[in-house]
Amino acid sequence: MASELLELTVARAAERIRSGELSAGEYFDAYREAAAGDPLNAFLWTAEGPDEGGAGEGELSGIPVAVKDIFCTEGVATTAGSRILEGYLPPYTSTAVKALREAGASVLGKTNMDEFAMGSSNENSAFGPVKNPWDHARVPGGSSGGSAAAVAGRLAPCAIGTDTGGSIRQPAALCGIVGMKPTYGAVSRYGEIAFASSLDQCGPLTRDVTDCALILRALEGRDPMDATSVGIEGGVELPSREDLKGLRFGIPRELASDAEGIERGVRGVFESTVELIERLGGELAETELPHAPHGISAYYVLAPAEASSNLARYDGVRFGPRADGDDLTEMYERTRHDGFGDEVKRRIMLGTYALSSGYYDAYYGRAQRVRTKIAEDFARAFESFDFVVTPTSPTVAFELGARTDDPLAMYMSDYCTVPMPLAGIPAISIPAGLAEPDGGGPELPVGLQIAGPAFSESGMLDAAHALERAIGFDSVPGGGS
Amino acid sequence: MSGAYEAVIGLEIHVQLSTRTKMFCGCELSFGDEPNVHTCPVCLGHPGTLPTLNEQAIHYALMIAAALGCEVPPLNEFARKNYFYPDLPKGYQISQFDKPIAVGGSFADVGITRAHLEEDAAKLTHVGASGRIHGSGHSLVDFNRGGTPLVEIVTEPDIRSAAQAREWAQLLRATIRQLGVSDVNMEEGSLRADGNISLRPEGSEELGVKTELKNMNSFRFLERGIEAELERQREILESGEAVVQQTLHFHPEDGSLTPLRSKEYAHDYRYFPEPDLVPVAPTEAMLAAAREAMPELPLARRDRYIEQVGIPAEAAATLAFQAEYAEFFERALEAGDGASAKAIANWVTGELVAALRDAGDVDPGDSKATPEAVAALAGMVESKAISHGSGKRVLSKLVADGGDPAAIVEAEGLGQISDSGELEKIVDAAIEAEPEAAEQVRQGNQKAIGRIMGFVMKETQGRADGGAVQKLIRGRLGAG
Repeated sequence: MASELLELTVARAAERIRSGELSAGEYFDAYREAAAGDPLNAFLWTAEGPDEGGAGEGELSGIPVAVKDIFCTEGVATTAGSRILEGYLPPYTSTAVKALREAGASVLGKTNMDEFAMGSSNENSAFGPVKNPWDHARVPGGSSGGSAAAVAGRLAPCAIGTDTGGSIRQPAALCGIVGMKPTYGAVSRYGEIAFASSLDQCGPLTRDVTDCALILRALEGRDPMDATSVGIEGGVELPSREDLKGLRFGIPRELASDAEGIERGVRGVFESTVELIERLGGELAETELPHAPHGISAYYVLAPAEASSNLARYDGVRFGPRADGDDLTEMYERTRHDGFGDEVKRRIMLGTYALSSGYYDAYYGRAQRVRTKIAEDFARAFESFDFVVTPTSPTVAFELGARTDDPLAMYMSDYCTVPMPLAGIPAISIPAGLAEPDGGGPELPVGLQIAGPAFSESGMLDAAHALERAIGFDSVPGGGS
Repeated sequence: MSGAYEAVIGLEIHVQLSTRTKMFCGCELSFGDEPNVHTCPVCLGHPGTLPTLNEQAIHYALMIAAALGCEVPPLNEFARKNYFYPDLPKGYQISQFDKPIAVGGSFADVGITRAHLEEDAAKLTHVGASGRIHGSGHSLVDFNRGGTPLVEIVTEPDIRSAAQAREWAQLLRATIRQLGVSDVNMEEGSLRADGNISLRPEGSEELGVKTELKNMNSFRFLERGIEAELERQREILESGEAVVQQTLHFHPEDGSLTPLRSKEYAHDYRYFPEPDLVPVAPTEAMLAAAREAMPELPLARRDRYIEQVGIPAEAAATLAFQAEYAEFFERALEAGDGASAKAIANWVTGELVAALRDAGDVDPGDSKATPEAVAALAGMVESKAISHGSGKRVLSKLVADGGDPAAIVEAEGLGQISDSGELEKIVDAAIEAEPEAAEQVRQGNQKAIGRIMGFVMKETQGRADGGAVQKLIRGRLGAG
């Protein structure tokens, strides 16, 4: 019975709970047990029971949600995957979590993540890497690796994460689930621990596109606590489309045919998905995003620059662990030395350097100009196309440890996902099939990315829904290693 | 100051706005409450928190911009100024950098480079002998002040003396006080002034090497600090050496200047646009609201005092530029009591200012001599009910103990001698006592009358009406 419950989509479970067929308590307990037994190191904390006052009359009534540990939850430890926040109990709750609760959902647990969302493999967590439910020797992707693994591994029906350069879409692709980064400003960032403020955006990780729409519907909205939030005008409609007639899809050659480092298997799945788009009545043509290949370079200047400032508050003065020091500077240095991991330190240094007087124009200034160019590229493409499609990740899930010594190789994991947040536009990744890694081995999930103009979420979900039906991805992770 | 050098001074003035809440969160502003009660996750810089803009602060800043004749660019933007210090919970201060809310104004003959909005830091108390962070045992942080809205006003280097700097800053203070957007209290830190100071050979157009002077927490210290720094620079230049660019801390206790350790000010602030806020584009309606909210400002008030109230220029400026005296004057004027505006103005700007200074720089708002009492006093003197000399005695009584001037006159027997017979007797005695002076007056020397007058005034303890006495003396001595 319990294992059958774990296969329900959010939409089906919510419907059964509403009709009285399923008790919210029973449903929550099934997941509480699964999450407590967590074989993936996906959870850093799990709830004892549904949120008090939760499970109201909303659309998500009775639905447990796994929450990336980057969202502040009052009185519940929130670490952002970092030692520097070990033991930190936030005095307030993030708007995203409040919105889910208002829709009737309950927090099932807090999920593991790359420290401060910096990483593409979840190996940068201070609390150990998360395992990919398809192959425990492989990474789940990152930085929302815990959320993706939990949803794919049937430890949670749905989750929320954050995406700065691909941190929702890439792990969703590597774990064989749906993940969406909404338009910048669609969902409040208040209470979401900042990595790179101009890029960070909260979004859903779910088993299917309809669930993704349900969660996004609860999350989106203008929040007076976030000056950059605007919500999605007209809200989010539940997807119903069964074909792609009348929709024009562009394939940016820089992120597809011309892209280096895309695995053979990934390319194969991408090509057959493109054929499927055509069969469903979609129009297809190649297009150009000439500046997209510079996305990674711009991103790794801008995101660390903002991070170097965002992470300055972890100084041991007001919260979190404080190391001893003979004077103020030494206290700061030791606290931050002990508290931050290597990747975080690397990015703080990169960002500090990029913003330094004398270097600002050459790095930050130039990266901002590239960012503008990328946004213009997309705007031009959307004059001719409704959406662009690319592989989400150049590779399927790679082995734990494979890229930890090579930051640049790790950064390339985000090659196809970085341009969208730079342009502020929404993008979704849906499972498109299975493929062997280039090195051989069992087949692993491949994601297809669909990106569209700002606030095109409803249409994008609709198109993704039609494609999802046609793809008919029904593989489930076998686990093991 | 040697004639060979000209002082070149610019000021940076920080004004704490008296908005209801902080710049970027909903905490109420406070002064003097117990530490760390006006705080929230946002102003404590908790993870995940975001700033939201205080619209009242924008409105106040636009009022200041209008008062200083500044241009308001179509777009202003906040930036992050990054540095580590325990009074800065986020590790950066949200401030305006290359896109301030106001630029290019002019106020009382001093150019305004810019005015921008930012948040104040928390208050640090260094526990230990030095009172500064170095050498203190530990430091305490009070976040009540952290996040208070500030407007920083930067002037062009148009000021030429320490005294001018003081006068200008006082006029600015009066103006901002009049706007009602700040308490502008230097002792409490709601108005803070730093100086950029250099010397150059007279006639030169180039700027010399400047130093920045901090911690001048009263107008007197502002003047003294600048004076001391100008003197220091002059000595350096006259000995043929070069002034080193540095930041100096003024010690009001002994008037000394010490350089701040380079660590305390040498920062690369790594400014970049604040991604958590959107740029502000002041609308025509916002600008109109700022203009409409402006009360009469000191410069306009001075002109009105001169042109419409009929007060001499100097007294008008004294009143209009010192808001607390202007308020005192307006209240006295309202009480009226038969005194002319000019008489009241003269009493306030002359005797009252001096008396309050002698009483230890008492704020006229706290004075025991009420505006109503001073108006009554001015009226009594003007109507010759008492002499000017008696008036001064009554005023010092009022400043010391308060009370009603009529009652003081009664109690002290200061009423004017109105019995002409009595006065004539005293005048006769005076002429007898000063025969030489009397002779000179007879021969047409009008100045000599003063000695006889002096005798009368001494005899009457100032209770005689000077005009009447003079008339009597002339009549007696046939001097017309």
